[in-house]
Amino acid sequence: MAWFKRDRAGINTATENKKEAPDGLWNKCPSCKKPLLKSEQIENKYVCQYCGYHLRIGSAEYFSVLFDDNQFTELFGNLRSADPLNFEDTKKYTERIAESYAKTGLNDAIRCGHGKIEGLDLVIACMDFTFIGGSMGSVVGEKIARSIDYCIEHRLPFLLISKSGGARMMEAAFSLMQMAKTSAKLALLGEAKLPYISLLTDPTTGGVTASYAMLGDINIAEPGALIGFAGPRVIKETIKKDLPKGFQTAEFVLEHGFLDFIIDRRKMKYKIATFLKNIL
Amino acid sequence: METTFDFEKPIADLLMQIEKVNQVAEKTKVDMSATVTELQGKLEETRKEIYSSLSGWQKVQMARHPDRPQTLDYIQMICDEFVELHGDRNVRDDKAIVGGLAKLGGHSVMVIGHQKGKNTKERQFRNFGMANPEGYRKALRLMRMAEKFGKPVVTFVDTMGAYPGIEAEERGQAEAIARNLLEMSVLKVPVICIIIGEGASGGAIGIGVGDKVYMLEHSWYSVISPESCSSILWRSWDYKEKAAECLKLTAENMYSNGLIDGILPEPLGGAHQNPTQMAETIKDQVVKDILALSSKDVKTLVNERIEKFCSMGVVVE
Repeated sequence: MAWFKRDRAGINTATENKKEAPDGLWNKCPSCKKPLLKSEQIENKYVCQYCGYHLRIGSAEYFSVLFDDNQFTELFGNLRSADPLNFEDTKKYTERIAESYAKTGLNDAIRCGHGKIEGLDLVIACMDFTFIGGSMGSVVGEKIARSIDYCIEHRLPFLLISKSGGARMMEAAFSLMQMAKTSAKLALLGEAKLPYISLLTDPTTGGVTASYAMLGDINIAEPGALIGFAGPRVIKETIKKDLPKGFQTAEFVLEHGFLDFIIDRRKMKYKIATFLKNIL
Repeated sequence: METTFDFEKPIADLLMQIEKVNQVAEKTKVDMSATVTELQGKLEETRKEIYSSLSGWQKVQMARHPDRPQTLDYIQMICDEFVELHGDRNVRDDKAIVGGLAKLGGHSVMVIGHQKGKNTKERQFRNFGMANPEGYRKALRLMRMAEKFGKPVVTFVDTMGAYPGIEAEERGQAEAIARNLLEMSVLKVPVICIIIGEGASGGAIGIGVGDKVYMLEHSWYSVISPESCSSILWRSWDYKEKAAECLKLTAENMYSNGLIDGILPEPLGGAHQNPTQMAETIKDQVVKDILALSSKDVKTLVNERIEKFCSMGVVVE
């Protein structure tokens, strides 16, 4: 006599029907919780094939999605953060950076590459959220500034993919000045009549949104991305009210007129290339 | 009632002592002028000592002193014929940023600045100097007008930050600030910015990109307020003093890091102790800069401004 019966779907799969999946080959979609195979993820440009959720990915993945045959020359890859303020909170800034090097294998929160998109030359700068929250410090500012100089020198369009919590506090006012620096360089890119596409991905907030991310000839975003100036928690604490549903999503920002369109990552390459071919 | 900070207690104590001695002298008709002179000498020394060695957090407190002069005070003291101009031509007139045309030392200039307000009612009216997007867009409209008519721009920065609200996000707070950064960096007239109190983050730099950027001696300028920094990095509000030290937000720090062009000395005890003297210092500097910057051709002016900001940052290659 069975005391209770396991009759929920998926629990009593017969052994012969179970799929073989070695560890590390799949992970769960954070939105619909369905398992996603790594091979399927690559094929689907890191978008959940069940619910369309755009997984948070880094520069390596974006470059593979956008550059033809994943071929590109990395620019200014050797730049690394200094610690101009000897900053120490609960941890030393130098330790934080060292840990991030080890954890991510990256040199800072942005990578820049020169390659082709559907045969068209361009420079892509792409932020990495895994490196101290994609925070913008001197290195991020400097790499963007140099990428823009490179674009002007070689007459290339510029695509910048933002994914950041904002300015890097551990470089304090140095980080703040990167906002002015990158914006000034973008003014020069504009004067050179070279197109600048700003792609905002989940999340883009703070000083990054309030400088280069909002200054594209076109600003575009991935669906569902959190985009804002102040973080939702700060706003909630300030106004002491709950925030409306869908507040600060890409769709919200589009509705209020600060984005040109929202683009599914699977169609992104084609759409960006089409825009560039039309405008150049 | 005058606001006294903890670190000003030795000064308050000495003042009280002097007062007491004076009272005794009056009552007993005994000449105590020697004691008074001695105490006053001590007072002067103590003042100098305290105000020349303020910590980061003490500077933040000074910058927030309720009696500290604000943009409209300075405009009134150093400008003539000020005509305030309102509105961003899109949404509304933001009261947290004021601006208009004025005469300053014989030059026509566009003055723009944050206005925090002095009493509760006025502070609410001014939204505590925390501007919405329309404030930054009003500032940009005035700067463009200045550019059109070849007038230098002078900005006074004094804000806890751009306002974090629902409507501010809806109307594009980030875009408004970003646009100002871009436009100010290539504005074809001289731009002089002065941090007169608090310079917090994007809300400050949103009107703070200039050929010359100065900080008053007891003002602060950084990427975030010490309180918010404490709450994010230490996950508690209790480390604001430590955060203020770490952020290196004082005028001396900012100057030695090459992020501002100069420090304007304040009267002993802070700008509020002698607003007229502070205003004179500001006026002298601004007039000097207007003359020097106006003699440059526009291309050099803009290039040097861009170069200055582009050289900021420390990286390892």
